[in-house]
Amino acid sequence: MRERAVVPKADFRSYYGKPILKRPVWKWQIPAYFFAGGLAAGSSALAAGAGWTGRPVLRRRARLTALGAIAASTVFLIDDLGRPERFYNMLRVAKPSSPMSMGSWLLAGYGPAVGAAAASEVTGLLPGVGRAAGVAAAAMAPGVATYTAVILADTAIPVWHQAKDDLPWLFASGAAASAGGVAAALAPVAESGPARRLAIVGACVELVVAKRMEEGLGYVGRVYGEGWAGRLSALSRRLTASGAAVLVLTGRRRSGAVAGGLLVAAGAAVERFAVAEAGNQSAADPTFLSPP
Amino acid sequence: MAEPVAERVGFFTDTSVCIGCKACEVACKEWNGVPEDGLQWLGTSYDNTGALGASTWRHVAFIERPPAGGVADGAPGVEWLMSSDVCKHCTHAACLDVCPTGSLFRTEFGTVVVQADICNGCGYCVPACPFGVIDKREDDGRAWKCTLCYDRLKDGMTPACAQACPTTSIQFGPLDELRARARQRVASLHSAGRTDARLYGDDPDDGVGGAAAFFLLLDQPEVYGLPSDPVVTTRDLPQMWKAAGRAAAVFAVGVAAAFAGRRR
Repeated sequence: MRERAVVPKADFRSYYGKPILKRPVWKWQIPAYFFAGGLAAGSSALAAGAGWTGRPVLRRRARLTALGAIAASTVFLIDDLGRPERFYNMLRVAKPSSPMSMGSWLLAGYGPAVGAAAASEVTGLLPGVGRAAGVAAAAMAPGVATYTAVILADTAIPVWHQAKDDLPWLFASGAAASAGGVAAALAPVAESGPARRLAIVGACVELVVAKRMEEGLGYVGRVYGEGWAGRLSALSRRLTASGAAVLVLTGRRRSGAVAGGLLVAAGAAVERFAVAEAGNQSAADPTFLSPP
Repeated sequence: MAEPVAERVGFFTDTSVCIGCKACEVACKEWNGVPEDGLQWLGTSYDNTGALGASTWRHVAFIERPPAGGVADGAPGVEWLMSSDVCKHCTHAACLDVCPTGSLFRTEFGTVVVQADICNGCGYCVPACPFGVIDKREDDGRAWKCTLCYDRLKDGMTPACAQACPTTSIQFGPLDELRARARQRVASLHSAGRTDARLYGDDPDDGVGGAAAFFLLLDQPEVYGLPSDPVVTTRDLPQMWKAAGRAAAVFAVGVAAAFAGRRR
């Protein structure tokens, strides 16, 4: 038997196989910020609908969910900063070329509106102001649900940038699904029909968009089948699909609404972590920049 | 980018005369007070620096390989490629575009610089850079990269790396002059039989609008750890916002539709 070469055949198409791009420095807080922001946006929109159609308990729960979620989202974002004490520099300039700058200004308008709507809801004071704030929050909600997708798309990371047409749909459907799911879990069955429908439809769209995105990415999309990104993506699919199924079959019972709603919301949360981790893995492979 | 107030300057790094002495790396660290960021043996030829980063603003790459044309009698059985990499100071700089605080800015010399007293460490510039240049210092929390020695430029001096380069591999000057000189250099190398010589980053029509720090390479860019087709992704920002706008509109309609019809 001939001796096998110990040293593998050299490949000089990369520099020692090292990454060209830097690994994103964002930690777990950033996908958590994406998820919580989407949950808030969907909840604000649900609260407005509940107000208009005479569902006071759904409105109350959704407004409070929106407040808790947007507060958490902001805390996650600030906590991930290298210099959290300088978070206010986010509003130092307004830069249309920076999706994060645009998003910061959007949050600066959206957060207080959510806060005012929730404060009026809890205290019963100034119901007119509460209504107006709720409408304002709902008007900004579609932007809050989608701008984070533009943040990811506007990077050099192949698996994010090349998904620029799909990411907003993924994030918007995830926002709708998670808000619907949480509201279905929190509000009484008699009022939460719209929340369940939103969760079911949002979950289905999310599953379809995720599949389309992963397939449309071609060569670079293979990270969604590898490592942690692959595991998280598969877990997200299972959570979302089973949550939607539980809602369809048993959503009119309280226990079914709670279980299914939380499963759908968990699926949307895990999906954001899958996308974030896919970006990390995508940055590590220099061949993604010049696919064979 | 806006027209520079002063003349736009840059680096022409002619890798064909680089001898891998790393004087540029040392001069940069010394002048700019850049902290030590790891003393490791990497096992990648003579490169124990690794890559550009928050605390590495010049990086000399070493590619050690058998000569392309085979080994002649008595000749050494190795061919070297050495190249000192640096921030490209792109004409259309993604790091600058996406920076939400305005910490990254365009200087009067056309270069791109981080203002350390403004950066809040959001980290957006890091994945935005198509060259993988800028990075965040873990202990400090802020983003750092080559300033093209902004302080020295203001005093009419040559950047530290170019000043220290003993072979004029790193040439500093007005960008127009450098580009003309680089084209001549390529022509003379081609006529001397080095037909693999090529410029990288000099083309104002490339994905970043041309770089102020460009290179003469002797092989494909990937061999040196450089992207073959760097693109400033903010170029596609209108398309991205349109996609987001469509998804946002359907999101709003979808929520409204959930309330239509049945009472429960």
